[in-house]
Order: sequence, then structure tokens, then C-alpha cells
Amino acid sequence: MSFSVMGNEPGSKRIKASLFVTCLVDLFFPQVGESVVRVLRRLGVDVDFPNEQTCCGQPAFNSGYTDDARALAERFVGVFSGDSRDTYIVSPSGSCASMVKVFYEELFKNDPALCDALSKVSSRVYEFSSFLTDVLGVEDVGASYDGVVTYHDSCHLLRELGISEAPRRLIKSVSGVKFIEAEMHDECCGFGGTFSVKHPEVSVSMLDEKLTHIGKSGADTLVSTDMGCLMQIGGAVSRRELPIRVMHLAELLAS
Amino acid sequence: MPSHTFQIDFKRSSKVAVADKKLKRALVSATDRFRAQRSLAVEGTQEWEEIKTRAREIKEHVIDNLDFYLEKLEESITKAGGVVHWARDGEEAANIITAIAAERGVKSVVKSKSMATEEIELNNAFERNGIKVVETDLGEYIIQLAGERPSHILAPAIHKTRDDISKLFSRKLGVPYYEEPEELTGIARDKLREEFLNADMGVSGVNFAVPETGTIVVVENEGNACLCTTLPRVHVALMGMEKVVPRFEDLSIFLNLLIKSATGQKLSTYVSFITGPKNILDNDGPEEFHLVILDNGRSKILADEVTRQSLYCLRCGACLNVCPVYRQVGGHAYGGVYSGPIGAIIMPQLMDLKGVYELPYASSLCGACKEVCPVNIDFPKVLLKLRSDFVKGREKGRRPGLSERMAIKLWRYAMEHRRLYEFISRIAYFAQMPFVERKGRRNGHGRIGSLPFPFSNWTRDRDFPAVAKKTFRNRWRELENENGDSEDKL
Ligand code: SF4
Repeated sequence: MSFSVMGNEPGSKRIKASLFVTCLVDLFFPQVGESVVRVLRRLGVDVDFPNEQTCCGQPAFNSGYTDDARALAERFVGVFSGDSRDTYIVSPSGSCASMVKVFYEELFKNDPALCDALSKVSSRVYEFSSFLTDVLGVEDVGASYDGVVTYHDSCHLLRELGISEAPRRLIKSVSGVKFIEAEMHDECCGFGGTFSVKHPEVSVSMLDEKLTHIGKSGADTLVSTDMGCLMQIGGAVSRRELPIRVMHLAELLAS
Repeated sequence: MPSHTFQIDFKRSSKVAVADKKLKRALVSATDRFRAQRSLAVEGTQEWEEIKTRAREIKEHVIDNLDFYLEKLEESITKAGGVVHWARDGEEAANIITAIAAERGVKSVVKSKSMATEEIELNNAFERNGIKVVETDLGEYIIQLAGERPSHILAPAIHKTRDDISKLFSRKLGVPYYEEPEELTGIARDKLREEFLNADMGVSGVNFAVPETGTIVVVENEGNACLCTTLPRVHVALMGMEKVVPRFEDLSIFLNLLIKSATGQKLSTYVSFITGPKNILDNDGPEEFHLVILDNGRSKILADEVTRQSLYCLRCGACLNVCPVYRQVGGHAYGGVYSGPIGAIIMPQLMDLKGVYELPYASSLCGACKEVCPVNIDFPKVLLKLRSDFVKGREKGRRPGLSERMAIKLWRYAMEHRRLYEFISRIAYFAQMPFVERKGRRNGHGRIGSLPFPFSNWTRDRDFPAVAKKTFRNRWRELENENGDSEDKL
């Protein structure tokens, strides 16, 4: 099926996007990255993948290793500075996008030159769902899926980037989807990066509560926008063999 | 004699707390109730965000000019006939207060709820000096009977069920086992009435202090603070030095924010405005009024540009109520006096104790606290700054273990060298093979059910995803060549 919304009319300039795929997706969940590419291309976006990218430095930053995080942040800015100015940077993670958009500033605050380079890069960074709704102006990407879907708000997407409607609108527009809200859908799933292994008992206790609410909602599919949360929730779903499909928004939209 | 008895080991105590099902039930029902009440009140308030912003600005201004305002406060209170004392740390504050009591032959003290007095462990100091002290807030009274510490800034006995309290009362007070909350409250009231009448000194905390007029404000729901500050002949109030609100007219927004964030009420049942001791116009009130202004690490907090905002806190407790970590473990797991998100940021700044610098890690950085805080404290930023200070060894040489530091260095090196990163990912792919269960459900990918330490911390309760056979970047090499228009092939 070919379904393109904009940018494809003869003579108009195509929208370009560099994929900031995140290390988790690169190493563990390549199918999510593929889904992002598939959806973006379907919408007429030219997708590129700057091959030098690795990790944005968030794990180090969140554990307090600011110097190590700064080194990786600098590297990130360098890698994505190579793009042309009109290229968007799209990431299938609200957490990694917020690292660049919100927290890098903190790391560079004593270096005006870096701040300058950063602002040129960070203003181009979009989380996947908001890129679709805010930049491309799309809600219905032409996907279809047969199931009862609920959405887990990833903390950083919700509270650092303030995005809660975009993913919901995209999900609701998928043909065949019945969308329902779970109770406490905006409560943390307990992942929190290194928190999940530093305090595994607390992390899993939070996760238990999350699973209870998802279970009670009656959904058969859980969708979210961050592989951290999905690894946490999915890890328990698979361990306990719960009858719930866990997937990234991009996977749903590519179906 | 050590000036404190706090023992902080979040890792251990949180594990114990999480296993306590009864505690969990108590916490969930209490925090659910607080959350709902707050939301309702906030939704019904026009311009809530604007009020918050205004309060934040005032707090910033006050903390930037604290010297000036505190001097002004002293001046105004002295003019009103009160006495101001300055305490550098908890021990000094406790000494000042017990000396005031001793010099006046005080035998019995009644206290209203005050986190600052918990911070300096004032009750222990009184008892060491042979002075009887009774908590008169119902929750604090329960905690004192049980010999525990408050587990919530606002609701000190939040971790106790009705059954716990009934048993405690019948054991400690020799009354029959009553179930009904009214009966329990009635018993406490009767006991406390006697204490009020016998007390020679009342101790309270301070919610706000107004330099302009020399007034201190105490907010409460039970009326006990009102009695503590008026019945006995001496009233001593203890305040953290950050509690200043410059002008009387600013109080309205702070009271509004505090009370709604705390309990969702429009106005708490009692708000006492106290300006010096009893004067000729007053019908009641103490003969003497003392205000003890406590530093105890606060000027150190003031010096840090990022963490300074910790001092804006109103102690409303809203951040505890929305914190998913607090909800699992309760206040005692934090080991100190302040718990939840605010505890995780101020404890390490107030007290140099073993384990205290680990508290900023007791958070998933979800930011729910930042969202509800009535003075917009940016918790994730402050937590991250404190973590960073800890890693840098700024805190008297305490820092994370060598293995963690080495692991981060190696990880960083790999992430800085893309080819090495790719190479390691291939090693990991092969190294994981003995652990991978192929029947995994995650899109046909392998799952890992068990890994050696430290990864076992993950795999004990959760499967771990296997490293992909073909990473995204490897797939990209094929994807790239496919024309964007022929998406059907993808
Ligand atoms: S930090 Fe903010 S939310 Fe938490 S107790 Fe203080 S004022 Fe309330």
C-alpha cells in the first residue's frame, strides 16, 4: 500500500529526517527502528541514518556520571551537526529525545560554543509521535490493527516534553483499534534506567501495579513510546506469560 | 553523644518495606486519597499555575535575600516582645530549647506537629534532660506511643492501619481494644487534655514567618497547635531558616498553595498567627515567646545554584503522595526525617551520614513530584545534580564503588568508538547464546530468563531481551538502498 500525505506533490520539497534510533533499539529492538523507517517513508519522508551515532549518554547522566555523559553528548551533537539544516532528527524514544532537548543544556552550560552547536541540533529533534502529528500533520497513517489497545505514558515524554495527546490520536486513528485508557496510565512503570537494577525490588513493585492496571483495563495490547518502559513491562509480561501484546507505537503504526 | 540517631540504608530497608503487604495496602489507600483530594482542589482553583509561578518568584527572592529578611524578622519579633535565637545545627537548637525549659523549671512540654523538631530530634533531647514531652497531634501521638518516627511529612502515622492503632492504644494506654476511629480519637483527646493542662511549655513548628510584622503562622487541622501555643506559659517555636514570606499580604497565596496541595481543603481548620507573647490586648497567650531559627546545613544548600530550590519547599507532602517509589516503600525506608522526593533531595544536603548520598538514587526520575510541587521544584534536575556531586566525590570522599566507576568508563569508551561498539555488540550476541530461550514471545526474538550478577537484578523478575542477530544499523545497510517510494518492499 502506498499512502503519502505530504511532500510528494510534484515540485514540492520532500521532508528529510535523520533517524536517532537510540542504542536500545539498535541493539535489542531493530524491528522498532525498521517500523519507524517504514511509517516515515510511507508518509513521504526521506529517511537517513547517520551511522556514527551510538548512545546519547543518558545512562551515565542519570547515574551521576556527568563528565562521561558530557563526552557522549558532545559526540552526539557532532554526529548530527553533519545534517543539513532542514533535516529533522526523529527518535522513537521520548526519553532519549528529552535527554538532548532538555538535559544537554545542563551539561554544556559553561561552554557557549557548545550551547550554540547544541541549539542548532536540539531544535531539530522530535520524538516520533509528535513528529508525525506536529510536523507532518498526520493522525491517520493508514495502519490497521485488530485489537483493544491501551497506552502507557512514558514519564519523560509526558513530563519533560509534555506530550500525551499525539500518541493517543495516532493510536485511535488506526483502523480496527479499540482504544481504552488504563487506570493510572501516567504512573511510572518502574524502569528508570539504572534504577531498575539498583533497586530491583522497588522497581518490580511499581511494575506489578502497572501490570495490574493494564490487566484490569481489558486491553489485549499495550502500546508505548519508549523501549525502556517496554523492556520493563514486556520483560514481566513474557516472564509471567500474560496474555498481552507489548509493542512500540511505531510497530502498531507500521502494521 | 551523637546528635542524631538516623540510620540510612535505602537499599536494605526498601527491600523489607516492599515485602510488607499490609504496609503497601495502607500506603496505597492513603496516597490515593491524598491524590484525589488534591486534584479536586487544584482543578477547582482558577489560575493555579499562575499562583504557583508567583509563589516560586517570591521564594526565589526571599532565598536570595535571606540575610536581610531574617534580620528584619528578628527585629520585628523583638519589638513585639519575643526573643529570637540562632542555631547553627541541630544540637545547638536542641540545647537552646532544653536550656530555655531548664532555666524556667519546666517539667512537662506539649508539642504540636513540626518536622524541624523531628530533624533535630528534640524529643530525645528533652528526655535526656529529664523533661517530659508529649506530642499532641494525633498522628504524632500515635508515633510517639509506638516509639517510631513519622513516615510522612503530613500524616506521620500513614503506615499504620486502624487495627495497629487499636492494638497500640490498648497496650500502651491500658484501654480496651476499640475499632472505631471516633473512639480512638476520643481516647487520645482525653489523655491529651490532661497533658495540656499540666504543661509549662509549648513547642511548635513554623509554616511561615513574616518579617514585616514579626508574625509566625502555624497551620493545622486538629486545634492542638492552637492550644500548644497559647495555654502553657512559655511558647518556643522552631523554624528552618528558609520559612520566610516577606509580607503579610503574600501569605494568602502561600496558605492557598500549602493547604490545597496538602489536604485539598479550601482552608485548614486552624491557622494561628502569632506575633510575640501575650500582650495587654490579648485574652490568652503565653508570657514568653521564643523563636529558634535553625540553619543545620541550610546555608550550604543556599550556596548551590542548582539545589538551592530545595529550600523553597512548603512541606505540603504532595510530592510524597504522587511518588511511585514512596507509594511502594513508605517513609521509614528513607531512614531519616524527611522522606519521599523532598527527603531524597534535602536529606543528603542537610546531614552528612553514611548512606544518605544514595537517597537521590531512590527515584526513577519520573518527574511526578515536579509536576505537583506548588513551588515548582525541578526534582529531576536537583536529583541529578546530587547524584553528580556524589560521583565526583564532593561529599567527604563518599562515592560509588570502584566496579561501578570502572564499568561506566568502559561503557563510555565503547560508546565513543562506533566500531568498537559494533564489535562488542557481536561479542555480546554470541556470549548470550547459552542464556537465550528461543521460545520467546517478543516478536520472535530470543528472551533471556536468567543472567549472572549484576544482571540478575533484572532477570530475577523480568526477562531480558536478547541482543539482536542483526542490529538496526546492519539492517539499515540494506534498507538504505531501497527506494523510499517502494515502501511495499520493506
Ligand atoms: S517539595 Fe514541593 S511538593 Fe514536596 S513537600 Fe515541598 S512543597 Fe510540597
